[in-house]
Amino acid sequence: MNAPDTSADPLVAVENLHTYYGKSHILHGVSLTVGKGEVVGLLGRNGVGKSTTLKTIMGLVAPNQGTITLETKSITGMPAHKVAKLGIGYVPEDRRIFRLLTVMENLRTGLDRPGVTEARKHELLEKVFAYFPVLGERRNQAGGTLSGGEQQMLAIARAMMLEPKIILLDEPTEGLMPRMVSQIRQIIDVLHNEGVAILLVEQNVPLTLEASQRIYIMEKGMIRHHAAASELKVGDAVIKQYLGV
Amino acid sequence: MASILAFLQNFPFELFIIQTLNGIVTGMILALIASGLTLIFGIMDVVNFAHGELFMLGAYMGVIVLATTGSFWLALILATLLVSLFGAVMQITTLRPLVGRDPLTTILATFGVSLILQNYALWQFGPVARKINEPFTGHFNLFYLEYPYYRLVIAGLSAAIIGAFWLFLKYGKFGIWIRATMQDRVMAQAMGIPVPLVHTAAFAIGAGMAAASGVLFGPLVGVNHTMGLDWVLKAFIVVVVGGMGNLGGSILAAIFISLLEAYAAIWVNPSQAVIVSFVVLILTLLFRPTGLFVPTPK
Amino acid sequence: MSKRDTIIYWTGFCVVVALLIAAPLVLPPFWRRFCTEILIWGLLAMSSDLLIGYTGMVSFGHSAFFGLGMYGAAAALLMVSPPSLVLALAFGLIAAAAVSAFVAYFSTRLRDIYFAITTLIFSQIFYVIIFTWTEVTGGENGLTFKRPELGITGIWSTPFDNDTLHWFVLAVVVASYLILRRITQSPFGMVLQSIRENEPRTRAIGYPVERYKIVAVMLSGLFAGLAGVLYALQNRFAAPDFVFFLVSGEAVIFNVMGGIGTLVGPIVGAATFLLLREFLGRLFGEQFPYLIPLGFIFIAIIIFLPQGLLGFMRRWLNR
Repeated sequence: MNAPDTSADPLVAVENLHTYYGKSHILHGVSLTVGKGEVVGLLGRNGVGKSTTLKTIMGLVAPNQGTITLETKSITGMPAHKVAKLGIGYVPEDRRIFRLLTVMENLRTGLDRPGVTEARKHELLEKVFAYFPVLGERRNQAGGTLSGGEQQMLAIARAMMLEPKIILLDEPTEGLMPRMVSQIRQIIDVLHNEGVAILLVEQNVPLTLEASQRIYIMEKGMIRHHAAASELKVGDAVIKQYLGV
Repeated sequence: MASILAFLQNFPFELFIIQTLNGIVTGMILALIASGLTLIFGIMDVVNFAHGELFMLGAYMGVIVLATTGSFWLALILATLLVSLFGAVMQITTLRPLVGRDPLTTILATFGVSLILQNYALWQFGPVARKINEPFTGHFNLFYLEYPYYRLVIAGLSAAIIGAFWLFLKYGKFGIWIRATMQDRVMAQAMGIPVPLVHTAAFAIGAGMAAASGVLFGPLVGVNHTMGLDWVLKAFIVVVVGGMGNLGGSILAAIFISLLEAYAAIWVNPSQAVIVSFVVLILTLLFRPTGLFVPTPK
Repeated sequence: MSKRDTIIYWTGFCVVVALLIAAPLVLPPFWRRFCTEILIWGLLAMSSDLLIGYTGMVSFGHSAFFGLGMYGAAAALLMVSPPSLVLALAFGLIAAAAVSAFVAYFSTRLRDIYFAITTLIFSQIFYVIIFTWTEVTGGENGLTFKRPELGITGIWSTPFDNDTLHWFVLAVVVASYLILRRITQSPFGMVLQSIRENEPRTRAIGYPVERYKIVAVMLSGLFAGLAGVLYALQNRFAAPDFVFFLVSGEAVIFNVMGGIGTLVGPIVGAATFLLLREFLGRLFGEQFPYLIPLGFIFIAIIIFLPQGLLGFMRRWLNR
């Protein structure tokens, strides 16, 4: 495995993570890093543990073994609300927006934080409505009335409200139309340009290879391959082996 | 036709209206108790068996404050605050350690607390009922009755408290936090909302609402250590009929059931009128188990 | 279970039973009566264990089953002359079975919390009916009656004195334990435990879960009713207080304290609770609200020792 150079201090470092759901051993010693402002892709088939990795980093699931550090500070076992405050945003697989809250209220769950001035809040909202005009239009509508694509945008926008250092994106393009998929692609670029790191879990191989700087490939709860995105192409043997595409 | 006319002639209209008023008054107080109960269940999946005792505790605190200061309104405010505080302590000591465990454990733990509180009250205050005096007397003439203003005032106050709670939920940061946590506890955490704190606060609010109803209702029923038992059962029925975790539903259910019971009391013995609420519950469970006032279950 | 374990288990069992047989002969009357009460409450708690420990259903309805068993026996003893033990047992069990069928029908279609609340409410429904239907049930004051003779009228009988009553109760409780043990270890019992472990999967495999639950509630109700009959025999009265849901709560407390899913645990829990109550009463006086420290102990057990006092023996007791 020609691991690309990641010697610079990583933003997030995960070391030898073992996570269980009840008696099922899901993660068998996962280790990965994400550098500041880097877009890192995590590929793998269904059920290999990609979502579990994100959930463990986020503190939604406690690992049995292993460490997670954010900018040299250990966050292993820290509860999710503290992890979020430290600067990790999470966009889960099924979006999970608050359906009975309005778009505005959904955004406010991330916006209402200590130390944020009204001016800054206004700025953040303006920015997000510029990227997602549809959200601006529907700001007083209940989240549950939005379409699938709009909910995905809201989920991402909501995470952006936390002004995170890194966003954990779990299969953002799943079930979306091609037009929406390219919009997601653009958002990833925008975030990258703003210096926000992204750990992108995806099944869409071409998009991931395009958007990321580095790629990890997982199988059966372990990292099996690690390479710079530039070294991988759709149709490569290693892609076929672990992803079957 | 003749029988319909005869029925209408014999129908006790005046009594009906009086009972409507009584039903609404009782319904509002019950709504206040049930709102707290359904909030607690909706936000943390805890069936608070001690809720009736929080109601009782509020009433007793009302008795004490009233005796020392002479002010009913001070009694209402202090009782609510003190019992809210107690609720927070109770949640932190007995319920937080049980997070993530079998729901049976929280039912049992709150049941244990209810036993402790009931016996404490019996021990401290004795079995004889205490009285909270109405803050003001005065009545108006309703048909042949002199209907006390006080009853209308407490119904109004309950409605005001519930209304204030609704507003709190709808606007303001904490309202959003509570509503978000009720809908999706996990995602709320991932958004940085301090969910354990929200749980404690919600429990305290629920406890406070129960205590307030205790003080408001005190003048009507008399304060003794078993008052919690009767009301907690009614409150549970209301919560199930209204849809567990459904705030609006429990308010509607409270008024609905209270009205039905009040009407039933026209014809039967009041202690038998409670069967009405049991029947409503059974029918709800048979035909609309997620709640009578909830849109058809998904 | 290994041969050695079997021998240890049955030896232990025989020792305990022998001690209980000897009790009336060596203990002063107060303590003998105390033992009998422990056995009766233990039986009630054990009946609730079938539901809580083995099927995973928390029921607060046992006071209804217990109470109806008691009133059923009362009915037999008051209506038929001379009072007959067999009839008392029959009436009590039938009443309990009828009530448990009724409650089971409505509440088993609901899960967990809703089930618990519904059983509680049903207990209260019966309480209200018994409390207000004064002509039939004696209302608030309950019913008093005489103890029948031990035996089958017409064939053989001897008067029930306190000692023989104790032995009779002991025999019934031991038999109940053995029957319940057989049930929990039978294929039926295995399905119940599978429901407790993972209900959706049990249903997916094809078991008619609702029917199993209904039978479980009825069995549980039968033994609770049996406890009610025994109580009626011992104390010669029936009162609505016993139908109040707090009695169910106490049964659940004994069960949890002793250890759910063990069958003997509930009896140990009942013994512990009643002994503690006695002890606290003697130490601090009759007026002392013993339920306050007991409540704290109960909560502490739930938080720190959720398997209960005998929980550590659970696997072993079920072999």
